[in-house]
Amino acid sequence: MKLREIAHSRTGDKGNISNISLIVYQQEDYALVEEKVTADIVKEWFSETVHGDVIRYDLPKLGAFNFVMNDALGGGVTKSLAQDMHGKSLSSKLLDLEI
Amino acid sequence: MKTIRIGSGAGYSDDRLEPALEIMEKGNVDYIVFECLAERTIAIAQQRKMKNPDEGYDKLLAYRMEQVLPLCSSEKVKVVTNMGAANPVAAAKLVKEIAEAQNMSGLKIAAVVGDDVFSEIDYYSDASLLENGRKINEIKSSIVSANAYIGAAGIAEALDNGADIVITGRASDPSLFLGPLIHEFGWSMDDAHLMGIGTMAGHLMECGAQVTGGYFADPGYKDVPELWNVGFPILEIDEEGELLISKLKTAGGMVSDSTVKEQLLYEIHDPANYLTPDVIADFSQAEVYQVEKSVVKVSGGSGKAKSGYLKTSIGYKEGYLAEGEISYGGAGSIERAELAREIISKRLELANVQIDEIRYDFIGQNSLYKDELADRSSAKEVRLRVAARAVEPEDAKAVTREVEALYTNGPAGGGGIRTSIKDIVSIGSILIPESQVSIKVFYSEVL
Repeated sequence: MKLREIAHSRTGDKGNISNISLIVYQQEDYALVEEKVTADIVKEWFSETVHGDVIRYDLPKLGAFNFVMNDALGGGVTKSLAQDMHGKSLSSKLLDLEI
Repeated sequence: MKTIRIGSGAGYSDDRLEPALEIMEKGNVDYIVFECLAERTIAIAQQRKMKNPDEGYDKLLAYRMEQVLPLCSSEKVKVVTNMGAANPVAAAKLVKEIAEAQNMSGLKIAAVVGDDVFSEIDYYSDASLLENGRKINEIKSSIVSANAYIGAAGIAEALDNGADIVITGRASDPSLFLGPLIHEFGWSMDDAHLMGIGTMAGHLMECGAQVTGGYFADPGYKDVPELWNVGFPILEIDEEGELLISKLKTAGGMVSDSTVKEQLLYEIHDPANYLTPDVIADFSQAEVYQVEKSVVKVSGGSGKAKSGYLKTSIGYKEGYLAEGEISYGGAGSIERAELAREIISKRLELANVQIDEIRYDFIGQNSLYKDELADRSSAKEVRLRVAARAVEPEDAKAVTREVEALYTNGPAGGGGIRTSIKDIVSIGSILIPESQVSIKVFYSEVL
C-alpha cells in the first residue's frame, strides 16, 4: 500500500531546509505510520536530494508528523538550480512511499 | 465576552484581490490583513528603493488600496499589511494620496518602521550567516538589504493610537494578526500563553487560501468544492483565545480539520518551539474540531517567553541564474535530448565558460526527484532544461546562447526554446538582540 492511501501531506521551505507534514486521515492509522515512516526511512527515500539530517516531530493529537529535512533544497530557494526550487513537490513523493 | 473577526486579504505578494473584497463586503470583519512579503521580496524591494527613494513598497499597493479604501469606510474595516516592504513611509504617503483622491475623510494611516537595519550592517561584521557560516564581512560588498523580523508591538501601538491603516515592512507574518488582538483585547505581550495562541491563529491565516482548500486538492483523495472560486479565511477569536477558522458560505473551497492541520504545520520546524519576535509558540498540543461545515475550532495553542533575539534577513547578490529549455518529441526523443545535453556541456567546456554549478533536467522524466529516466521507447516527449549559476553575466549569457544555438546546430526536431537570465539575490540570516532595533510609528491623516 502507498502512503497516499492513508495520509496526506504538504511541504514548506525555509532557506535550505524543507519540512513535510504527514497527516493520517483516520486516527487508527497513526500507529502504523509511526512505526513504518521513520526519519531514517524518509532520509533514504529522499537520498537523491536531501543531504542533511532528517528529524521527525510527532503530533499524536493531530494524527500528524512533521519531517524536517536539512540541506534539502540545493542551497536554498534563492540559489537552487532545481526547477522546483521550493521543493513544493516533495510531499507527493513522500506519499508515493510503499508501506 | 469580546470577539473580533479578522479576514485574510492576501497570502502572498501577487495574490488575488477579489476574495479580499468579498470578505470586506460580506464577512462582517473588523480587520483585513494583507500578507505580501516573502523572504526575498524585501531584498528586491530594497533595490528599487536604492534607485528611487520614493519606491520600494509592494507593486500592487495602489491597485489594492484603490479598491480596498472605499470598503474600509463603508464597512468599517481596518487594514494591517506588510505591503510597505522596504519603504513603509512612502507606502503610507501613497495611501494618503489615494484616499484624498477618493475624497475620503477621517482616515489615519500609520507606517511602522525599524526593521530596516541595513545602515547598521557594519556593526554586525563578525556575525555569521546561520545558513552557511559565511561572515557578513566577506559578503559586505554584495549585501543589498538587512531587515529584522519585528513583532506585533508597533502594530498594536499604531492601533492604540487610532490608526485605520497600518503599514509595516518586515514584520513577522503572524504578528500582522497578533497586533490587532493585543490592541482589541488588551493582551499583555508578557503573557506567553496568549501570544502563543494569537501566533497560532496568525500562522493559520497568513497564507490566505492555503487553509480554505487552496493548495490542498488531490482529486479522488482530497476533493475541494469550487476550487476555482476559493475564498480567503476568516478568523473569529475571543479575548480568552478561543478561535474559529471559517470562510464565506458564498465562496468556494472548504475549511476542514485536514486543511487546518496542513496549514498549521506549514513551514514550521519543531512544533513545540516556533520562534517569532513575539513568543516561542507551541503548536504541539493543538487540536482541531469541525464545528460545522467549513467552520473549524482550533485549541491547545500555547507559548513560552520570546528569545529576545530577532531573526534578520540579509539579502546579497550572488551572481546570475541562466536557464534554457528545449523540447523533443516522438521516438528517440530522450536520446536526442541527451545528445543536446552533451553538445551544451562540450561547448561550454570548449569556450571555458566559468560556471559555479550546472544542472540538466529531463522534464517529464526526472526534473523533480532526480529519478532514473523511464523506458526510452515509451516516452512521447521530453523537455531538456539547463540551469547554471555564474558570477559574471557574460558566462550566464554563454549558457543561454548555447541553448538557442540548438535550433540550427543541435539534434533534429528540437523546438520551443525558452531562455532567461535572472539576478540571484540570496537570503541568509543572523540573529540580533531585540534591544538593537527601535520601532517607530509615523502617522498621517486625511482630515
